[in-house]
Amino acid sequence: MRTEGAAVPEAEAGFRSYYGKPVIKPPVWHEPHMPTYLYLGGMSGVSSSMAVMARLTGNHRLARTARLAAAAGAAVGAALLAAELGRPERFLNMLRVFKPTSPMSVGSWILAAQSGLSAAAASADLTGGLLPAAGGAPLLAAAGDAALLATGLTGPLTATYTAVLVADTAVPAWHEAYRELPFLFAGSAMAAAGAVAMLATPRAQAAPARAVAALGAAVETAAGTVMERRLGMVGRPYREGRAGRLMGTARMLTAGGGLLAAVAGRSRVLTALSGLALTAGSLCTRFGVLEAGRASAADPAYTIVPQRERLSAAS
Amino acid sequence: MAERMGFFTDTSVCIGCKACEVACKEWNQLPDDGFVFEATSYDNTGMLGASTWRHVAFIEQSRPVRVEGDEGSVDRWLMSSDVCKHCTHAACLDVCPTGALFRTEFDTVVVQSDICNGCGYCVPACPYGVIDRREGDGRAWKCTMCYDRQLGGLEPACAKACPTDSIQFGPLDELRERAEERVARLRADGHEEARLYGESPSDGVGGAGAFFLLLDEPEVYGLPPDPVVTTRDLPAMWRWAGAAALSMAGAVALAFLRGGALPNHQASVRGGTR
Ligand code: SF4
Ligand code: SF4
Repeated sequence: MRTEGAAVPEAEAGFRSYYGKPVIKPPVWHEPHMPTYLYLGGMSGVSSSMAVMARLTGNHRLARTARLAAAAGAAVGAALLAAELGRPERFLNMLRVFKPTSPMSVGSWILAAQSGLSAAAASADLTGGLLPAAGGAPLLAAAGDAALLATGLTGPLTATYTAVLVADTAVPAWHEAYRELPFLFAGSAMAAAGAVAMLATPRAQAAPARAVAALGAAVETAAGTVMERRLGMVGRPYREGRAGRLMGTARMLTAGGGLLAAVAGRSRVLTALSGLALTAGSLCTRFGVLEAGRASAADPAYTIVPQRERLSAAS
Repeated sequence: MAERMGFFTDTSVCIGCKACEVACKEWNQLPDDGFVFEATSYDNTGMLGASTWRHVAFIEQSRPVRVEGDEGSVDRWLMSSDVCKHCTHAACLDVCPTGALFRTEFDTVVVQSDICNGCGYCVPACPYGVIDRREGDGRAWKCTMCYDRQLGGLEPACAKACPTDSIQFGPLDELRERAEERVARLRADGHEEARLYGESPSDGVGGAGAFFLLLDEPEVYGLPPDPVVTTRDLPAMWRWAGAAALSMAGAVALAFLRGGALPNHQASVRGGTR
């Protein structure tokens, strides 16, 4: 099995290189930090959207689960990102400037807003029940609801900016996929958030969560299929080696979990199976995308061959 | 702003002595790269990285070349000293979230090591694989075109040390003219394969501040044949992400409106506990 280094022999691919060495540097991001963050950020973002809709439709039990999931996902995700830095003690330098040309700068501000707002929304909900009804409870609840409403904006951004983050690099399997990756990530995030809400909400109130999960699984499956088809040669890292195995497993878990979510209804067993499959599927997708990027950077073919083709098409 | 300064590396006169690598390491106090040779060549640094800001590539080709007055042939040995391109449109600088990477008054691209938090985003962004994070130190490092020496009116250490003037330092406009003349002369002498790399302001990075005269395809030297700054597509990337964000919000809303209408969904009736 070809997995590392020059997976495409030069003669076969018809290109030349310097001792088969990569042209670009592979991403330095680690496992499990980065892919777990991608999962948690997506889960947090969609949970916020769900919390807003649950609040508006009066499904308070589901709203509470989603508020808590959103806050926890953003907080743990941000901690993972800080731990990922070469100089973690300088993590606040992320908010030193606002740079529209840097998706990581834009994303840091989005994540800062998402974690602050979702924490406010969740803690208002939690402490509201503890305070005596006559005290500051109504005020607190109103503030929490305002924060919640604001996450209706930051949530979808948190769930999708990460696609721009990885695509805005020289890594061929990421950059060339910049059209489909946001949809893949959005679908994966919906499946993840729907799964958490399904598992953590009484089944009678979890119908919308099951619908979100099923829709997300469908979006993720469709986006992944379109992406691999359109990428052609540059998409090979998504099909081969370790990344290929991860993406294949993700495809099965997500499709299976999505179908189960659609039929689970109030069945305890089906809900549990579906929720676990979707969670595992979303995680596999994130690990798979990261690994595909690394593989496509490590093999000079993916950098050189498309550029050569572009040059010969132009001349 | 001072004049734009640059490097013209004429690989046709490079003798592979690595004086540039050593001078760079001495001046910038860079750690060694270990002592492992690439394949069967004299290359012990492999490629540019956090501690390798000049990299001399050795390419041994079995392709024969004509030698004056000799019907036989010799194998060709290409050598080339690679360096950060100090791109006009530098991806590393564009994506840096902290502002650690900046453009100097000499139009070069430099990392401020007191600001870099080691996020590593610049590393996969560079289309040439130049910048890297140094393990242990945690920050990103690359060639500064000897910013400190330039501020003191000195030429960079590598150019100073190069015994054959393969590395030339000066105002970029002058270097481009000189390079055009050199490539024309080599071609007139029968070296049809001589070409400039990175000199054109119309290329994918808007022209490199450090450009090269090569005797073969760029990829043979480990250089990308047609690099493009990734941020060129950034507006399109945000448009696709925006569409995905909107679709996602819409899909969630749909799930609730449909889910709320389900007959067995009593909990959506108003009056749940606070
Ligand atoms: S070659 Fe790479 S590291 Fe150097 S300026 Fe260009 S993008 Fe930055
Ligand atoms: S590693 Fe340092 S120089 Fe590179 S993008 Fe991050 S903060 Fe900027």
